[in-house]
Amino acid sequence: MEVAAATRTRKPPRWVAGLAPLVVLAVAIGLFVALDAPGLDRIGVPEEELTVERTVLEPGLIELHLRNDGADPVRIEQAIVNDGFVSFTQSSEEVGRLAATEVDVQYPWIEGQAYEVILLTSTGGTIDHAIDVAVETPDAGLGFYGLMALIGLYVGVIPVAIGMLWLPWVRTIDARWIRFLLAFTVGLLAFLGIDALLEGTELAGTGPEALGGAALVWLGAVAAYLALTAVDGWLRGRRKEVTGAEALEDGGNGRPLGDDGRGRPLGEDAARSAWRAAFLVALGIGLHNLGEGLAIGSAYAVGSLALGAALVVGFALHNTTEGLAIVAPTARARLSLRRLALLGLLAGAPAVLGAWIGASAFHPSVAALLFGVGAGAIAQVIVQILPQVRERDGRLLSPLVCAGLLGGLLVMYATGLLVSV
Amino acid sequence: MRKLWENKVSRRKLLGGAAATGAAIPVLHELVPHQGLHGGTSAAQAAVEHHRQAHRGSGHLGAIGRVSARANGFDPHQIVRDFDEGTLRGGVREWDIVAQDKEIEVAPGVKYAAWTYNGRVPGPTLRARQGERLRINFTNGSDHPHTIHFHGIHRDVMDGIPGIGAGNIGPGESTVYEFDADPFGLHLYHCHSTPLAEHIAKGLYGAFVIDPEDGRPDADELVMVMNGFDTNFDRANEVYAVNTVAFAYMDQPIRVKRGELVRIYLVNVLEFDFVNSFHIHANFFDYYPTGTRLEPRDFTDTVIQGQGERGILELRFPYTGKYMFHAHVSEFAELGWMGFFEVVD
Repeated sequence: MEVAAATRTRKPPRWVAGLAPLVVLAVAIGLFVALDAPGLDRIGVPEEELTVERTVLEPGLIELHLRNDGADPVRIEQAIVNDGFVSFTQSSEEVGRLAATEVDVQYPWIEGQAYEVILLTSTGGTIDHAIDVAVETPDAGLGFYGLMALIGLYVGVIPVAIGMLWLPWVRTIDARWIRFLLAFTVGLLAFLGIDALLEGTELAGTGPEALGGAALVWLGAVAAYLALTAVDGWLRGRRKEVTGAEALEDGGNGRPLGDDGRGRPLGEDAARSAWRAAFLVALGIGLHNLGEGLAIGSAYAVGSLALGAALVVGFALHNTTEGLAIVAPTARARLSLRRLALLGLLAGAPAVLGAWIGASAFHPSVAALLFGVGAGAIAQVIVQILPQVRERDGRLLSPLVCAGLLGGLLVMYATGLLVSV
Repeated sequence: MRKLWENKVSRRKLLGGAAATGAAIPVLHELVPHQGLHGGTSAAQAAVEHHRQAHRGSGHLGAIGRVSARANGFDPHQIVRDFDEGTLRGGVREWDIVAQDKEIEVAPGVKYAAWTYNGRVPGPTLRARQGERLRINFTNGSDHPHTIHFHGIHRDVMDGIPGIGAGNIGPGESTVYEFDADPFGLHLYHCHSTPLAEHIAKGLYGAFVIDPEDGRPDADELVMVMNGFDTNFDRANEVYAVNTVAFAYMDQPIRVKRGELVRIYLVNVLEFDFVNSFHIHANFFDYYPTGTRLEPRDFTDTVIQGQGERGILELRFPYTGKYMFHAHVSEFAELGWMGFFEVVD
């Protein structure tokens, strides 16, 4: 009888019920807008907020890339540079909410001097933009990309590669000290993660609030953490399917990685998980170095970076420890030279990419998001490594491990002092 | 690493004088209601030429576009030679002055919620002869209390300040100021309600000329009220001008005849900046401070005036051509207080 009733009324497919609220919402919004928000009168006055996302200086020209960060459209009517009206062109008469515009100000600026650009809007409001040091924005030519690549190599690839030269030594030390090194790595990563979060938050403050502001950093962090966790879970699941060797799964069982619990080197599966751990560490560090490259590239582009030996040496010392972090998880596994090189590149090369992006297409909101992604990736790597520093009795924070963690933090702090340019 | 961003951080958006707090606060559009003036605004928008190109030659600083005199309802080129002698009724010289809130365009495209006398900034240039009885019928059509305070010699109840005589004249109210034209010279009048700086800066001022009994020699007479506008309410001016509109006499110079005596009634009503100045190119002038003596004090090409100071300039142009005049406070010049005389035969 039930069957008969069902066929008689011909129920609509289930997805219709899922869609219905959306349809009602769309109709409601349409009516609300069509009736001009019945019962609601806007109080207050128009808000005008424009954020300068990027400044490009060419001889005789100051180019500002702006985004409307407020709720209302803005009309830029006049431009003032250092207390004088100046000629300018703009890409759009009116800048809508979240829309971007470019203002080209004709002005005979002089290298090394400071300028204040004020855009006067139709309501008499002002958007102030300070140029602390006027320096011609480098042309994105081959030579420029070459220079940025060189900087990336100096501060990213080479130091990481040097740090990886600790591998032969790491292979000779016993499991206790490997735990110490892994703890050291975690401390180091924690420092980088905190640094990325703070820097991203600071950067987000310079970008348009309407695009998310500091929330972008945390969004990036959470997204990266979840994405990496999912990828990791998928990789593990696939491996289990292939080998069916769940018993050999490590990392989650509290045993040091690359160790069977009796101090003997492990076989192929352990080598794989060592590779995976090192890969994740390298990826996390790589994402962090991408942010570092961004910072260097954009600072160079606005002329606020003195490219000197001190800076490069500072970064080299800072990042050399990152090389150690990558090889620490592989102490008991034999990785081919090719794979080691790949790990080094994964960790170091993003500095080159970051420098390119930072110098040629810097956007504070994108950079903030990337810093968040770096922080999230690092958090995921820490969660991956932590079980491996556990003592055999299950204790996590043994004195040795605490010393390692602190050591990692302190070394990063100390070498970080060298790169405060 | 963090320090790499330092210069970027100092560049965080600075809006509406939020520099001190470092926070992005919205720029307030207008703090006063506008009485349906927005209809006029759209007309102004249409009338204003918005070339967004560098239409001036290279190296030439200035504003872009033109201000519509039609939409503003007053024209600096008309104001410069407009002297309002009122009407003589039974031996008394009489004017009707109405305070009005009005949105005006002070630089091309830049609107300002002004308070005006008779719908214009500066207000009408009132002109009388020494010793005459003057009567000013003042009506406040604005949404805010106002007064008219005249410089001159008169009784306290006619001084146009809050608390004495008629005091503040509320919206919709009116009063009559009556006094004798004394002393002769160049004076000014302005609103004296509090906050004082705001009531003056928003446009409630005008020149007040009292001629000596025997008059002055015939001349081509011009009135120039040096003023400025704080468009973003940070108590500093964004736009400077003579007779309100920035660069008004740059695109269209003031035309004068070669060899003819030119007399300039120069008044400084600038708020927020302590001094203003007037400089003429390729010429010199006789200067009569406050116009209260018939002998010039100076023969010079630059004169400095403090707030509320004024004086009369007399000069003749010996050559034809275009001659610049501007504030020798160069900042003001490049922010709008700059113009040309065009001398013709």
